[in-house]
Amino acid sequence: MTARSVLQQADIARALTRISHEILESNRGSADLVLLGIPTRGVFLARRIGEILNTIDDAGSVGVGSLDVTMYRDDLAKNPTRAPSPTDIPAGGIDGKTVILVDDVLYSGRTIRAALDALSDLGRPRAVRLAALVDRGHRELPIRADFVGKNLPTSSDERINVRLREIDSGDDEVTIS
Amino acid sequence: MRHLLSTQDLSREQAIELLDVAEDMAGVADREVKKLPTLRGKTVVNLFFEDSTRTRVSFEVAAKRLSADVINFSAKGSSVSKGESLKDTAQTLAAMGADAVVIRHADSGAPRVLADSGWIDAGIVNAGDGTHEHPTQALLDAFTIRRRLHGAASRGRGLDGVSVTIVGDILHSRVARSNIWLLTTLGAHVMLVAPATLLPVSTAGWPVTVGYDLDAAVDAGPDVVMMLRIQAERMSAAFFPNAREYSRQWGLDNERLGRLPATTMVMHPGPMNRGLEISAGAADSPRSTVLEQVANGVSIRMAVLYHLLSSGVRP
Repeated sequence: MTARSVLQQADIARALTRISHEILESNRGSADLVLLGIPTRGVFLARRIGEILNTIDDAGSVGVGSLDVTMYRDDLAKNPTRAPSPTDIPAGGIDGKTVILVDDVLYSGRTIRAALDALSDLGRPRAVRLAALVDRGHRELPIRADFVGKNLPTSSDERINVRLREIDSGDDEVTIS
Repeated sequence: MRHLLSTQDLSREQAIELLDVAEDMAGVADREVKKLPTLRGKTVVNLFFEDSTRTRVSFEVAAKRLSADVINFSAKGSSVSKGESLKDTAQTLAAMGADAVVIRHADSGAPRVLADSGWIDAGIVNAGDGTHEHPTQALLDAFTIRRRLHGAASRGRGLDGVSVTIVGDILHSRVARSNIWLLTTLGAHVMLVAPATLLPVSTAGWPVTVGYDLDAAVDAGPDVVMMLRIQAERMSAAFFPNAREYSRQWGLDNERLGRLPATTMVMHPGPMNRGLEISAGAADSPRSTVLEQVANGVSIRMAVLYHLLSSGVRP
């Protein structure tokens, strides 16, 4: 099956800018915000959102980090050994902060379940929100995103492929195949 | 990876991956909740036929940090002292549902027997077998060297071009053997320095250079000096005249420490004989990595257990 492009570079940039504004609106500013990207691509999206937040709200210094969920997954036994990625929590920790989890594609919700477990071992945030570039449906757990770049109705045999210039060659793009 | 029996079996990629996973595991010790749920419901048996404190405790902490259940089994006070064979012990553990067995044994090759025999269907980790190998010690040594050299930028790197001088009782040392293979795989140059009586009959098949003069080795300014313990329990023959003689010729004393470059790491796998192979000054100097090695041991053993146990898919 050939890949069909659903979001291009400019679309992704607009979506991230809108998400940033929505985050600031719901949080009433950038105070006590911590963005945690879920490896691999969520980390880069979190950094981009963090940069946008800091340009919109010039007083802001939003903490950006990464949260690896490998050790908390419920499918480890069903797959070959997975190599974990680094977890990097910004100085100041997450206690009492509003943590925004950032992921590229929201699908079954199991990754986010693992992320919530991982978070609770690291501290006690005041609130946890979820931002996803693409929500493709097919949830298997009662989890929803607070900030969504694009809702993409898919069938479960389709594949969503997110490419980001930080680690993939070429321009940013989201394709469906 | 199904078992970890020898560092000779590890490819460079596998070794670096284990060290990288250990980097992630190291972060757990600094967290509020020092535990990961990864190996919940798995059982790890520490099967120790030889005395050990740090290795056994280190494996126990590692398994518990990953939420595995740990059963400690030592030969003293068990049916082994009544003459039970390794086979019967293994089958007993299998019947109790062990997922991994960490074994230390006085006989070289005992872990391999356990892995190949079919007596037990569990991952086997060699925690030291006779004078053969002690792979997790070598991994934690490599991890310690890499961290000291590269700090936060360690991930993905080997030890290319690093010169490591291993000093002391090479003949009986499983730590030395595991380190020789692993450090060479990672790109380091290994030199052995020992009295001729404490070297194997032939080191022809080993990727090392051999010297007999510690002063010359010190003046060469290696990146790492690894002192081995003089194992009193294995000193049955007259390998050297007496302890003072050994200390003067092959011990790392304060004077030799002073001649080493300021960046040289001083390593020791422990337990140390202070005043014999290493002086107190050398053991407690900032160049000494002895306590880091102990702390890193937990991270490395977590990485090994994770690799052996997390996946139910057999490669």
